[in-house]
Amino acid sequence: MIHLIKPGLLTTVQDLGRRGCAHFGLSPAGAADSVCFRIANLLAGNDSNAPALEITLLGPTLEFEVAATIAISGYGTSASLPINEAFEVAAGTTVAVGSLSAGARAYIAIRGGLVIPEVMHSCSTFLPAGIGGLQGRALRAGDELVIGKPTRLGFRKLSPALAASFRLHHGPIRVTSSLQSDWFDQETLVRFHQQAFTVTDQSNRSGLRLAGEPILRTNRGELLTEGVALGAVQVPPDGQPIVLFIDQQTTGGYPKIANVIAADLPRVGQLRPRDEIKFQSVKIPEAIELLRQQEHALREAFAS
Amino acid sequence: MRIAPASDSALLVSFGDSISLETHRRVVSLFRAVERLRDPRIRNLHPAYSSLLIDFDPLHLTHEQLESLVAPLILESLPSHLEAGGSIEIAVCYDREFAPDLATVAQHSLLTEEQVIATHSGGDYFVYFLGFSPGFAYLGGLASQLHVPRLVTPRKQVNAGSVGIGGAQTGIYPGSSPGGWQLIGRTPLRMFDALASPPSRLQPGDRVRFRRIDRGEFDRLTRQQERGR
Repeated sequence: MIHLIKPGLLTTVQDLGRRGCAHFGLSPAGAADSVCFRIANLLAGNDSNAPALEITLLGPTLEFEVAATIAISGYGTSASLPINEAFEVAAGTTVAVGSLSAGARAYIAIRGGLVIPEVMHSCSTFLPAGIGGLQGRALRAGDELVIGKPTRLGFRKLSPALAASFRLHHGPIRVTSSLQSDWFDQETLVRFHQQAFTVTDQSNRSGLRLAGEPILRTNRGELLTEGVALGAVQVPPDGQPIVLFIDQQTTGGYPKIANVIAADLPRVGQLRPRDEIKFQSVKIPEAIELLRQQEHALREAFAS
Repeated sequence: MRIAPASDSALLVSFGDSISLETHRRVVSLFRAVERLRDPRIRNLHPAYSSLLIDFDPLHLTHEQLESLVAPLILESLPSHLEAGGSIEIAVCYDREFAPDLATVAQHSLLTEEQVIATHSGGDYFVYFLGFSPGFAYLGGLASQLHVPRLVTPRKQVNAGSVGIGGAQTGIYPGSSPGGWQLIGRTPLRMFDALASPPSRLQPGDRVRFRRIDRGEFDRLTRQQERGR
């Protein structure tokens, strides 16, 4: 059993998200940075989809009633805890994760995973409707988490090469064009891919609201509500783009100027309020090649 | 018809940009046909008024492959071939305490409040799609007299089960949420339950009727729901 002494800013139980639920109006939820999430689980010797904790900016303080092996994956915390490698925690130990020194999210995987009932085939917490995870909500002080049975997988280590190069990339977020890109004139499209936007503090897992020189469209048409893809960059009439994220609504009526590529969605999960971002346009084949490379690097990272 | 990538992992099949029963039938027919494929590479389906967004795993399926999987299903999806969806009855209590905007709707439609209730509960509706929040069904088929603009200022809190009118649409709020529709009643039925299968009482393509109930039956059904949990 793990006791939550302090919950941190927003700590939730996540896995890799739900599927087959969009037609019920329910988005996938799941880890905001699926790469770090999978690394944490693999380090701890879990299946990559095992339920684990997602922490946001400020981590929790956990008291372990029993001995456990845990792994924290992310881009650094203020605590002097090992990061991106599994470590033992003795029974009765208190682990304070502290605040994140880079990125917005980190993951704590516990060997054996957390015992959480599946809701619609997933343990992920969908906060807007209070579904999944621990009673559909963020963790609170006093909560108790039960550790599951370990798989037969062994602990893993990141390869020295990846461990050395494991850092947050601050380059542009790569996007493909989207269904209504041609609702914007050429000059606006060029500017969209050049100018910097600021991530506002009205950003969360449902969407990142950006601020910058307004992106106004030339087409005055009304869009009939249609399905929206994960990572869609929609532009409301005020011209301030919103990047729809893992807790997004499943349909929407604002035109979409671009769509974040799958390989860069984990980086979106690491953006903090007041971060500056730029977008860079790529074609779909390149986007898929980047995703392939990312998968390959993840597999190589643990090839030992 | 248009098939186009929405992202590196999604394809949109669109049947034009109008809301009509025929288009709706084509969308629902395609949605059901793709669902029946049970293809593990297809992750999520987002039907809407005139389109279906298909979210897939781009490491195991390309846009072109998906398009060739889906194209034959579109040819089959002639509106006359649509099998009937479910036929769902929703009990609604139109009593004043659940209907803060009934008077506004009556005023706007030049009907008495009784006539508004009779018209709303006498209609045949169908589920275009679910979106906005889990279990929220966009219903078509609202009588034109009852088309009433949304509230100027949305309510910060609308109770679960509230039945409202927003423009040409009517619908039920499955959970408590902010909302801008004119509220004319409430159902005691649970519209979305993540632990039930299927989790949503309404599915795209279902036919819906509202049945007027009194306060006594509202309370009885509420208790019944709570026992069933």
